[in-house]
Amino acid sequence: MQRKKECVAMLLAGGQGSRLFALTTNVAKPAVAFGAKYRIIDFPLSNCINSGIDTVGVLTQYQPLILNEYIGNGQPWDLDRTYGGVHILSPYQAKTNSSWYEGTANAIYQNLHFMKMYNPEYVLVLSGDHIYKMDYAAMLKAHKDTGADCTIAAINVPLSEASRFGILNVNPDGEIYQFEEKPKAPKSTLASMGIYVFSAKKLFKYLEADDANPNSSKDFGKDVLPAMLNAGEKMYSYRFEGYWKDVGTIASLWEANMDLLGDDPKFDVSDKSWKIHSRNPLAPPEHIGENGVVKNSMIALGCEIDGVVENSILGSNVIVEKGATVKDSVVLANSVIKANANVSYSIIDENVTIGKAAKIGVEKDASAEIVVLGRGLTVDDGVTVSEGQKHEQDIKA
Amino acid sequence: MATSAIGVIFSNMHEENVPELVRRRTMASIPYGGRYRIIDFALSNMVNSGITTVGLMTSNNYRSLIDHIGSGKDWDLARKDGGLILLPPFSERHDKLYSTRLEALSSLRGFLYRRNEKYVVLTDCDGVMRLDIADVIATHERKNADITMVTHHGKVGHRADFILLTADETDRVREIKLSPHLAEGQTADIYINMMIINRQFLLNLVEDSVTHGFSSFEGDILIKQIDSLKIYRYDFQGYYAGIDSVAAYYKHNMELLKKTVRDELFGARDIYTKVRDSAPSKYSESAIVKNSLISDGCEIEGVVENSILFRGVKVGKGAIVRNSIIMQDNIIGQNATLDCVITDKNVVISDRKALGGCATLPYYIPKGTRL
Repeated sequence: MQRKKECVAMLLAGGQGSRLFALTTNVAKPAVAFGAKYRIIDFPLSNCINSGIDTVGVLTQYQPLILNEYIGNGQPWDLDRTYGGVHILSPYQAKTNSSWYEGTANAIYQNLHFMKMYNPEYVLVLSGDHIYKMDYAAMLKAHKDTGADCTIAAINVPLSEASRFGILNVNPDGEIYQFEEKPKAPKSTLASMGIYVFSAKKLFKYLEADDANPNSSKDFGKDVLPAMLNAGEKMYSYRFEGYWKDVGTIASLWEANMDLLGDDPKFDVSDKSWKIHSRNPLAPPEHIGENGVVKNSMIALGCEIDGVVENSILGSNVIVEKGATVKDSVVLANSVIKANANVSYSIIDENVTIGKAAKIGVEKDASAEIVVLGRGLTVDDGVTVSEGQKHEQDIKA
Repeated sequence: MATSAIGVIFSNMHEENVPELVRRRTMASIPYGGRYRIIDFALSNMVNSGITTVGLMTSNNYRSLIDHIGSGKDWDLARKDGGLILLPPFSERHDKLYSTRLEALSSLRGFLYRRNEKYVVLTDCDGVMRLDIADVIATHERKNADITMVTHHGKVGHRADFILLTADETDRVREIKLSPHLAEGQTADIYINMMIINRQFLLNLVEDSVTHGFSSFEGDILIKQIDSLKIYRYDFQGYYAGIDSVAAYYKHNMELLKKTVRDELFGARDIYTKVRDSAPSKYSESAIVKNSLISDGCEIEGVVENSILFRGVKVGKGAIVRNSIIMQDNIIGQNATLDCVITDKNVVISDRKALGGCATLPYYIPKGTRL
């Protein structure tokens, strides 16, 4: 009997995430750090393994080095399988052509041979831009129960935001009768989450047709899904009620981090029944010093805190010296906040050094804007960085 | 960096010194420093020195050790050639079951024969340190020694079973004494239970002792043959924590609250341990934490001072934890008060309970206790 996998997941991880500014200068968006010890891609990868899907193709294109290094052989997610496991799929050169991934559909199309290797019944298409916990197995079951050719995960969004999404107009039983990509006047608030289950044969057929269509922009939302609907394929929505956050902007990334805080957090990463796996830093427990004050915060291993940390998320090995204050901020791994420096309402990337008595950002209020300091930069002693500034280079006195 | 050495770790030696802590585990698997087990230091020292084959000798209570070690992958020791090799009791002919080191070595012969590395690093799990074993091996080679014994100059402490070495100016060991009487507080060159020995030479020694019916590795081999064997010492001058009593266990854990000690032990961030994928620790609005080490997965709503919290500890509102070592997955109820306490794994302290010991006699609460 030929070996096969019932379901293969294809994770679109090639996006640049240009709205994250300096945070994605050197790393692809799915590799952006989140929640003190995680990277965004930990969530879809953990969802896969927790849902029993152990074959995942990760499609990379933009700045793949850190992402590839992070995924490695997939062992942290238990995805180092003998048959299946995680595979990095980068654009490649073939005998007759070679091309970059041109759109979401084209990226999957170029890896038809990868999916076919596992002879799957179903293909799960995911994106590496969201923070959420979801049981894909339940979605797959719904797909089988309705006998759909394509099932799209959907969530209710506020009407004011609906025009940013692909909106699904559905019958009471969930069957989709209309699909509107980023409509100006949305008819419903049911938004596509960019998570699709396809019956594999149908997917392959429509991808091949899409590739042959010179007028297609090779995008799932704009081309493939409407084509399937127009051809009368059975398409269903799958309602998702839990926490789901697109972290494509600085503000939403900051908010999603803050959603982890509080006694009853909006998003809980400590749920042992749905563990979020990640590549763990090698570091001793964090040390809170004699002068340390840590309130309503999440702190990763290896931190040394002798200053004040409030309403903040600190990645591994961050140092906050005596007299320094970090408030309403996200500080990523290995950064150093020197004595008497003050960081408010900011996102500080990895390996940043903030000099003594420097002042970064302003007190958070409704009109304040978030400061972003890019990877590895140094802020000189005593420098002031005003609200909303985004830097990639060292900031001199 | 390839090293022509294999490691052998004795996981059960010296357990009589800390009976409470090893009631349901091995010396090697005693939790240490917030997220480690004692064996992590020996294993990391070996791996960081390029050793990729480590035999793990176990004689009893080793379930927790196997659970910790798994395939060895967290130490990069899941390998096709070598890697981490568990050596549970194995007996043939007249071998006894590891009641002495010589018996243990005797049953290790098959493992030693099958390898072809030049040296064997033998170590117990009663010490915590960061030691460059590659440098010990280099010194061993330079001296053309048969055996190099690692020593640390310090106080003997509480232990009954220690070995003192006297060496000449070339570091050649001239005298070995087993547990001599020492005045309170006197310092000496104490053997810290790690040696480098040529593999073939070790095999010959063990074969020889079996045929002569010797029973003690130290007494019958090292001491009696001190003039014919080229035994050298390697003086380790770094931070060394000998775990020879529950009080010493407590004291040395507490030393990790000093930055100098942490920097020396963890400075290079290369002590490996089992990965548990816990969430980062969470501090609530009411948390007050001073001079403490907190591991991942903790949730703190109360007061924690001068303490070490292992993974997954919950400290309730109004609870006060001072000068204490709280092991994995403890739950400290609201308004409970702990001072100078060691709580083993999975202990639950209910609301408003108050418990205390003192620094020289910390109050130990066994694994799984519900108070």
